[in-house]
Amino acid sequence: MTAIRKQDIILAGVGGQGILSIAFVIDNAALKEGFNVKQAEVHGMAQRGGAVQSHLRLSKDRIWSDLIPRGEADMILSVEPLEALRYLDFLHPGGKLVTSSTPFVNIPDYPDQGKLIGRIREIPGSVIVDSEALAKEAGTSKVQNTVMLGAAAKDLVVTEDSLLESIKVLFAPRGDKVLEANIRAFELGRRAAG
Amino acid sequence: MDREILLGDEAVALGAVHAGLAAGYSYPGTPASEIMEYLIKVGQKTKAFIASWSVNEKTAFEEALGVSFAGKRALVSMKHVGLNVAADPFMSASLTGANGGFLVVVADDPSMHSSQNEQDSRFYAQFAQIFCYEPADHQEAYDMTREAFDLSEKMNIPVMIRMVTRLSHSRAGVETRDPHPPNELHYGARQCWTLLPVNARVQFKKVLDRQPELIKLAEASRFNKLEINPDDKSLGVIASGIAYNYVLENFKNAAKKPSILKVSTYPLPEELVKELIARVETVLVAEEGYPLIERSLKGLFGLPGKRLIGKLSGHLPLAGELSPETVRQALALKPLERQTLGDFKLTGRPPQLCVGCPHADTFKALNKALEGSGKPGVFSDIGCYTLGYFPPHNAINTCVCMGASVGMAKGAAEAGVHPSVAVIGDSTFGHSGITSLLSAAAFNTNMVLIILDNCTVAMTGGQPSFATGERLLKIIEGVGVPKEHIRVITPLPKFHEQNVRILREEIEYAGISVIVAVRECLEEARKKSKRA
Repeated sequence: MTAIRKQDIILAGVGGQGILSIAFVIDNAALKEGFNVKQAEVHGMAQRGGAVQSHLRLSKDRIWSDLIPRGEADMILSVEPLEALRYLDFLHPGGKLVTSSTPFVNIPDYPDQGKLIGRIREIPGSVIVDSEALAKEAGTSKVQNTVMLGAAAKDLVVTEDSLLESIKVLFAPRGDKVLEANIRAFELGRRAAG
Repeated sequence: MDREILLGDEAVALGAVHAGLAAGYSYPGTPASEIMEYLIKVGQKTKAFIASWSVNEKTAFEEALGVSFAGKRALVSMKHVGLNVAADPFMSASLTGANGGFLVVVADDPSMHSSQNEQDSRFYAQFAQIFCYEPADHQEAYDMTREAFDLSEKMNIPVMIRMVTRLSHSRAGVETRDPHPPNELHYGARQCWTLLPVNARVQFKKVLDRQPELIKLAEASRFNKLEINPDDKSLGVIASGIAYNYVLENFKNAAKKPSILKVSTYPLPEELVKELIARVETVLVAEEGYPLIERSLKGLFGLPGKRLIGKLSGHLPLAGELSPETVRQALALKPLERQTLGDFKLTGRPPQLCVGCPHADTFKALNKALEGSGKPGVFSDIGCYTLGYFPPHNAINTCVCMGASVGMAKGAAEAGVHPSVAVIGDSTFGHSGITSLLSAAAFNTNMVLIILDNCTVAMTGGQPSFATGERLLKIIEGVGVPKEHIRVITPLPKFHEQNVRILREEIEYAGISVIVAVRECLEEARKKSKRA
C-alpha cells in the first residue's frame, strides 16, 4: 500500500456536541505524524443548538483552501444522523460516512428516524454506531463524541496510538474520571465499528 | 523559530504581541472576538502589555489611538460592522496619522454566518486612504501584522488588517520569530493631532500626498506575487486574500496553471496589475466580499480589448462567501464528482435559545402581556435574544444594528405604534443603547424598554459586560427614567404571572419605563460551576 498523503474530513454535529474536541484529537495526532493541518470551525451564532461542522484537512503536501471542496472529502464523521447527511455532497464517490444513530431532536420537523437511517445505509460502506448506548456504557452520555472518534479510528490516516495519546493530552487536565470515560468510549466505538 | 497551531485571529494577535504591542482594545463580535481573547490570555500570563475589552468599538478605537499618540504600539480589533461604530475616529485618524504603530484589525463576515450584513472593510481602508493588508493564510496573518506595525510607524499612518470569517476561524501552523522590543513613550506633535480646520487641512494634504508612495509600497510588497505562465495567454487570474487559496486549490494537481496575480495589499499594486492584464485575453478577478478590485479595473468603460470576468459579470456570486467550487466554476473547470442526497428532504437546524434560557421566559411573559393590546411593535437588538424571532417565541419585529432597538421604539411610538417595546441585552445597551434612552427619557416617550440582564456578552462566548447589575440600574436612573418606572423582574417560570402583571402595568403607563429582567446566562453559570 502506498502511503496516504492526505485525508479530508467533515466533522458534523449540533452545537455543543463536542466536534471541536474530536478535531483537536485528530489534529494533534496528525501533527505528530508529520501532516500539515488546516481546520475550519464554526463559532458564534450557529453554536447555539444549530447545525455545526468543521472541515479538517490533513496532508503531507501544502494545503491551500481552508474549506474542503465539494467532492473531495474522504470521510464524514458525524455525532448525529441528520447532520451526517447535511454535508453529503462534500463526500467523494468512494468516501466513507461514519455516524451516530442517536438523533438530537431540537426541531419540530425532525425527519422520520427509520427513513433517515435507511437513507444513510444506502451510502456504500457507511458505519452507524449507537453512540448514546456506548457512551453510557463508558460512564456518561457526554462522551458520545469520543465514541464516534473511536468508530472512525481504523479509517483515519493517523494511528490509534497517536489518537489515544492526544485524547490523554486533551482530557487528562479534566481529571482521571473524565479521561478514563473517554478512553473507554474510544475503545467501545472502535469495537462497535468492527 | 517556533511553530504553533493557531486560529487566523490568534495568528494576528500573536503577530501583534511579537511586534511589541503596548495595548490592544476590542468589543466582542464574531468573527473577530478570538483576537482579543488570545491577547487577554497571553497578556495575563506575561503582563507585558494591556489587553482589554471596551464598551464599544468607538471607545476601543479611541483608546488604541491614545496609545499610538503616546508613541507606543496599539491594536484595535472588531467585526466589520463594528467599524461603522468606530467610523468617526477611524476616518479622522487617517489625518492625525499614527505615532506609535497603529493597527485596525477588522474581520468581515461574508455569507453573514453571524452578522446582519456582509459589508467589505477594504472600502473603508480605501475611503480613509490608508494601507490595508489582506492575508491569505495564517502565516501571512502573523507576518503581515508584524510588518504592518513597522509600516505604520514608517509612514505615520494607521494600517488595516482585513480578515474574513474562514481565515479567522480556521486553524493552521504558524512559524513565529523573535519578538520586537516595545517602544518608549514619545508624544505625538500637537499640530498633527489637533484637527482644527487650520491643522486638518495640512494633515489632509499629507494624506493625499502620500498616496503615490503607498502604491509603490504595494508594488514592492513581498505579499503581492505575480506568477506568469508564458505559454497561456488565454486566462489570467487576479486573486486576493483567501480567494487565492481557492484558485490554487483547483490547480493543485494540474501540470499548468494560468498566470496569477496574488493581491494582498491596498492600494493595489498598479504596475503588477497592468503587467498581468497586458499578457492575457481574459482576466478573472476572484475576491472575497464586494467586487472592489473588479470594479476598479472595470471603471466606466471596461478594459479595452480584454474580457473582464468576476462578480460583476456573474461568473462568481455577488452575495455570500466564495468557495473552492464557485471559483472552480469561474475557472471553467469540470466539477468534481461527489455524492448526492437525491430526493431525501433535509430539515434545517437553525440556532436557537438554550433550553431554560432566561430570554425565553422574558419573551413568554412579554407575549402574554401584549395579548389583546392592539398592534404592538417589539424592537429588538443584537444578541442571543435576536433568536426570539423564531418559533415558538415569534416575539420580535426588528433587529438592525447594535442599540437600534431603543431609538426605533422611540421613533415608532412617536409615529403612533402602541405599545412600543424595545428589547436589548445588558452589554448591547452599554454599547449603544444608553444615549438613545437618554433621549427617550428627556422626551418621556410612551414606550417600554426591556433590558435583558444576563450579566455577560453571551452570544460571542461570555465576555464581561460593563452595563450589568447595580451599575446598570444606576445608569437607567442617571439618564432620567423615573425611579417608580424602573422595574426589576426575574425571568423564571415560577414568576411568570407576576412578570406579566408588571409588564402590563408599564405598558399601560403613558411614559418611559424600563424593565430589567435579571438572570444569569445558563452557559456562563455552567462554565463558572465547572471552574469552581
